[in-house]
Parts: sequence; structure tokens; C-alpha cells
Amino acid sequence: MRLIVTYTIGLIFGIGISISGMSNPAKVLNFFDIAGTWDPSLAFVMGGALAVAFVGYKLVFRREAPLCEPQFNVPSSSVIDRKLVLGSAAFGIGWGIAGFCPGGALPALGTGVTEVYVFFIAMVAGILLAKTWITRGVLSQNARTA
Amino acid sequence: METEFTPWLSLAGGLLIGLATALLMVTRGRVYGATGILAGFFNPESSSDWSWRAVLLAGMATGPIVSMFFTGSMPAIDVPVSTLALVIGGVIVGIGVTFGGGCTSGHGVCGMARASRRSIVATSTFMIFAVITVYVVRHVIGGI
Repeated sequence: MRLIVTYTIGLIFGIGISISGMSNPAKVLNFFDIAGTWDPSLAFVMGGALAVAFVGYKLVFRREAPLCEPQFNVPSSSVIDRKLVLGSAAFGIGWGIAGFCPGGALPALGTGVTEVYVFFIAMVAGILLAKTWITRGVLSQNARTA
Repeated sequence: METEFTPWLSLAGGLLIGLATALLMVTRGRVYGATGILAGFFNPESSSDWSWRAVLLAGMATGPIVSMFFTGSMPAIDVPVSTLALVIGGVIVGIGVTFGGGCTSGHGVCGMARASRRSIVATSTFMIFAVITVYVVRHVIGGI
């Protein structure tokens, strides 16, 4: 039962991504192309998602715990470090080159379009590569002082 | 290539993304970050941790087909870049979201909705760098 609920939540997200245009690289890249064929549609995606998530979280966090788990599992770090800034900068560069982001590409796998799979496999390779670098201490404070 | 301005469909899609974000928090107590969901799918804490991620991903991947009932067609996937750009961009995205600890959904929606300092910094950074990258690729280099 809980898994059916979770599946449905994934489906709502996937429908949202599909109709919003977030999984269409042409539309995403045009959102960033302010000096060219600018398409401001994606500001409406971010605005709509943020408004509902903001109000939704306010309501949810009135509860002591979530419905299916004993406690909330929310990131608590507030550290602004090189990993966060350089990683985010790299993500922006890759997003600007390919036009897909992870949340746009995952639902798009369901379309069966070959280019989505090319991007997805490359992205997973990047995730696994980065995980081995992080294990070795790349960009961590320890690596710098060691 | 030009794309059609779709404020209403994009807004509707955004509202659904926000709804799914709130629902995952009230049921599982988790942020809805595509990066985190996927990373945990490959490296789960337990079998039950893997199974909720697997069904969530399955739900996401069936989104395009079910969206046909609302829009009458599968979502358009127009790729105006080369296969090489998809591969290079894909690897850089994978590295970036792993070091940065999130992407558009995790930092841009969930983190911003919680007013997380990290997410505000991350979101501003990746949006600015995406704009700069597209400017350089399209108007300086002339395409990859």
C-alpha cells in the first residue's frame, strides 16, 4: 500500500515534468538563452513548484513525524564550502551544454527517446566517478591540509 | 531553434512537481531531489530503502505516458545539441550534482522551499553558470 502511494507520488512528479517542458532540452536551453531565442516558460515551472512546496512543507512540518517513517530525514548542513559551490557551478555548465537535468531526464526515460539514454548513462558515469573522487578526498578540507 | 512560450502548461507542471514534493515529505519524510533519489537507488541503506526509491523512479518514468491523457501526446524531446554534447554534458552534470549535493529539484525546489542557505547558494550558482554556458556555446563558440 505504501509503495503504491510512493509510486503515485513519482507519477505526479513525472506528469508535472512532462507537461512543464523540463524534459525538453530545446525548451530548457532556450530558457537560459536570454540573448537569443529566449523562452521564459521554465520560470513558471520553478515558480509553481516552489510556491506549492513552500506552503506544503509549512503544513507538513507541523507534524511530529511523516506518515510512513518514524522521523523526518531532511538535510541539516548549512556549510557553504568549495564542494557545494564548485559542484553546483559544474552542474550549471553541464546543464547548459546538454540541456537535461536529473529531474528532467529521469521521467524522460519513459519516452524511449535514444538521446535521453545517452545523457542518462553519461550522467550515471559522472555520479559514480565523483563518488570515487569523494571517497579519495578530492575537494575535501582534509585533502587540502594533508 | 524557437520554442513556444507555454506559461499555463509550465505552471500546471510546476504545481504538480510542488505537490509531489510535499507528498513525499508527508509520507516518507524525504526531500524530493532527483540526484539523491537516484544515488540512493544505486547505493541503498537497506532493501526497504531501495524499494521506495525504485517505485518512485518507476512512477516518474511512467509520467510521460500518463501525461498523454492530459495533453494528447508524449512530451516533446527536441535535442538541439550533438551526441558528444550529451555525453560531455551528462558526465559533468553527474559530477556536479554529486559534489554539489543536489540539482534543480533537490536544491532548486526542496531546499529553496525550506530556505536552506546551501540550496540558495547552489541554485543561484547553477542557474548563473547555465546562462553563461549557453551564451558561450551559442553566441561565442557557435554550437557544440
